[in-house]
Amino acid sequence: MRRQSEPSRHSMHRSLARDRDPWERNAAEVAQAQRLARALGWFSLGLGVAEVAAPGTVARLAGMNGNRGLIRALGVREIAHGVGILSRRKPVGWVWSRVFGDVIDLAVLGQAAAKPDANKRRIAAAAAAVTGVTVLDFKAGRQLAGVADQIEEDDSIHVSHRIIINRPAEEIYKFWRDFQNLPRIMDHLESVEVIDDKRSRWVAKGPAGKRAEWEAEITEDRPNELIAWRSTANSTVENSGYVRFEPAPGGRGTLVRVELNYLPPGGILGATIAKLLGEEPELQLKDDLRRLKQLMEAGEIVTTEGQPAGRAKSTSWKYDHAGRRLATAF
Amino acid sequence: MKANCWYGKHDVRVKQVDDPRVLNRRDAVLKITKTAICGSDLHLYNGLIPTMEAGDVLGHEFMGEVVECGPDVKKLQTGDRVVVAFPISCGRCFFCEKELFSLCENSNPNAPLAEKMFGHSPAGLYGYSHMLGGFAGGQAQYARVPFADVGAIKIPEGIPDEKVLFLSDIFPTGYMAAENCNIQRGDTVAVWGCGPVGQFAIASANLLGAERVIGIDRFPERLRMASEKAGAADTIDYEESNVYDTLMEMTGGMGPDACIDAVGMEAHMPGIEGAYDRVKQAAMLETDRPHVFRQAIMACRKGGTVSVAGVYGGFDDKIPLGSFMNKALTLKTGQTHVQRYMQPLLEKIQNNEIDPSFVITHRMALDDAPKGYDIFLNKQEDCIKVVLTP
Repeated sequence: MRRQSEPSRHSMHRSLARDRDPWERNAAEVAQAQRLARALGWFSLGLGVAEVAAPGTVARLAGMNGNRGLIRALGVREIAHGVGILSRRKPVGWVWSRVFGDVIDLAVLGQAAAKPDANKRRIAAAAAAVTGVTVLDFKAGRQLAGVADQIEEDDSIHVSHRIIINRPAEEIYKFWRDFQNLPRIMDHLESVEVIDDKRSRWVAKGPAGKRAEWEAEITEDRPNELIAWRSTANSTVENSGYVRFEPAPGGRGTLVRVELNYLPPGGILGATIAKLLGEEPELQLKDDLRRLKQLMEAGEIVTTEGQPAGRAKSTSWKYDHAGRRLATAF
Repeated sequence: MKANCWYGKHDVRVKQVDDPRVLNRRDAVLKITKTAICGSDLHLYNGLIPTMEAGDVLGHEFMGEVVECGPDVKKLQTGDRVVVAFPISCGRCFFCEKELFSLCENSNPNAPLAEKMFGHSPAGLYGYSHMLGGFAGGQAQYARVPFADVGAIKIPEGIPDEKVLFLSDIFPTGYMAAENCNIQRGDTVAVWGCGPVGQFAIASANLLGAERVIGIDRFPERLRMASEKAGAADTIDYEESNVYDTLMEMTGGMGPDACIDAVGMEAHMPGIEGAYDRVKQAAMLETDRPHVFRQAIMACRKGGTVSVAGVYGGFDDKIPLGSFMNKALTLKTGQTHVQRYMQPLLEKIQNNEIDPSFVITHRMALDDAPKGYDIFLNKQEDCIKVVLTP
């Protein structure tokens, strides 16, 4: 999947140096273009699944007396668009392919309208909807093309987040520097074993119950300021990360910034599928930092697991688990 | 143990559930001796607070005896008699250190949900929706109290439960509403809603030196309690007379110096405005019916303060922001920082400055909680406050 000639480690490490680099000025524009593209990707995926799963219903809603096979084929195409868009950092080509798909959809609707028994009102409504989406697709294509040179062309995943913790940097640094503590706040980690002053062995729960293991070494260690690490050469999951501790403005404790970079096992497509299964690295990091804050400030991680309730489970899957994740995702 | 659980709109049931345990090092477990139904529980009962789930244990006003403590509980021991503050607060974050306990950063395990709704998450609350933590409440025989050293206050021997139970919520809530008015000598304070919080807002405004307090409601028994027990100098029945006109008449056209909204999201309103918000709320186009908030802004003296103690849930329509801005009003609000008020208000009770039990109209067994909700909602039997004994 790697489309870059440089060694991967080099690109992953750029992020540490990149910190205050001028590209951040355009970050908002890039993020906006990516957001629209992602929304369209999800739309494709949703529509595609509907077309494949319930072609009759989709045909009826669009006023077509349906050729189910045709609708299913359109659905497969939509799913391909969706996966293509969601699994790329700059899916310019995939977004333009949606515009092309829109033209096909309009042609199919036009043909259906020509039939004598056609439900003209529904077809007109469907055509109007497709036209609206086409405008968005066009916009997304142009936006993405405009910022394409600012988007890194590599397959590693970067996630970063920050939080203010009302404790001195020394304390948080000390907690983090002992990597064995990290599974307490990082839900997806099973264990971290410290081998020596520099090296440690990490075991993580991967998607679908699979385990991932790697060895990491500390690449930079500035007490109470920064810890950076990366996986060693013989690791299966290539990754790196850093945590930075800065005094929070106004004497409000410590601003903790974390960035993680990794090459997902199974490539970027694997990561997209993992995302669909609810393994969302960005959400994980946000949750992890919230737990770090709770542990550092309150001395414990807040929970309702195991409390009484007038139902089978003590907590609510809908709100305490899925709801929390969804709220972080959107 | 037995616990009063929420199952849906107008459906609460007393069920046999597991006993609570110490789940974290700073937890304590109480054997509950007294618990109460709060007016804000009626928003849950009416199904208007999102993210409730069938089986949630209700109740955020409770007191009892400590029966178990986690290893990091330092100030309490088994056998202590305590009242518990309804917000759950860690005591150590930026907000807790500023005594803004209801804004605690660390007590809501579902903070992301609340952040979506409110921008930031307030503290977790007992028995008050999953968005606010999904914590089991205290209308039960036992309850788990997280961060017990911060949330529970020890009650000295010799003071009956009923005098101190309301330190958990409604007395501090009424008091904070009045304190937020920054009452000066000569001030007139108008209080919308003469339910329990309104009664304590009236009593507290008097304690804080208001010249005159005006209570507004439509139930004669509540207006009577306001003037006879809480010390309102005047009352207005909003179904009998126009609130704005009457307040202007009473204040020579100035308007009250401070207006307290002790009603919140489910205000009643006769006429076309009432119908408008009922329809919008029913159609989920509006979460609240903010009649009182609108009236309070329109009636408040120029440069005065509007203090909101009633609970609002979401997004409201037709707020007279023009009046608010052009009259240079101040708005003060928030879930109550109960822990800040428990000790000073306990002292007021000990000094006989106030006996909060005056609001109690009904005493029932925990088993009768469903009936308690019903008569409280429908204002039957002149119900103002229900206290339950497990």
